[in-house]
Amino acid sequence: MMHRSPAVKRYNLRLVLFMIVYVVLIFGVGYLFRSAPPTGAAAWIIAILPALPILGVFWSIFRLLVEETDEYMRSMLVRQSLFATAFCLCIMTVWEFLQNYEVVPAGTGGFGAAFFWFVGLGIGGIWNALLLRREAGDE
Amino acid sequence: MKNVLKVLRAERDWSQQDLADQIGVSRQSVNAIEKGRYDPSLPLAFTIAEIFGLKIEDIFSNEKD
Repeated sequence: MMHRSPAVKRYNLRLVLFMIVYVVLIFGVGYLFRSAPPTGAAAWIIAILPALPILGVFWSIFRLLVEETDEYMRSMLVRQSLFATAFCLCIMTVWEFLQNYEVVPAGTGGFGAAFFWFVGLGIGGIWNALLLRREAGDE
Repeated sequence: MKNVLKVLRAERDWSQQDLADQIGVSRQSVNAIEKGRYDPSLPLAFTIAEIFGLKIEDIFSNEKD
């Protein structure tokens, strides 16, 4: 059975709240820019709004690293986050060189650094789950 | 690091979950420490030693597998 500490429960709650806000903002801001595009400073501020809940998710993950009192589980979370960071940096670095030499078109098509960081976090999470399952089988 | 946690648990008829509950960590943590896959911090090692009424060096030794 997976570890469900109070810190993990708080993280899950924060994650759900930020995701709800993200969905509302991504559709709301998208609709606004399609129907009545804001200009000037308003455009900057409104365009940034959907990024804020993503920053909130980053904050939630790093709070989990601080709040988790089980040091073994925390070490696994730290490793998972480091894997996500390494995965994201590798993908983005390779991608940028492909763009620099115009092998692939400019732009990210909506798949930015955050996307690949979360993919890396997911892969790290699967790795951790498999490791815990294997260890449980060794008992 | 090697340890005799499994032996100490068996002497007291405690499961990994019983020990985990007493030291305030997950069962997975107790399992990882017991198998030598994770070396506990000094505060956690002290807590484990207190639970068993022993010294840290009575439980953990710096031997390699």
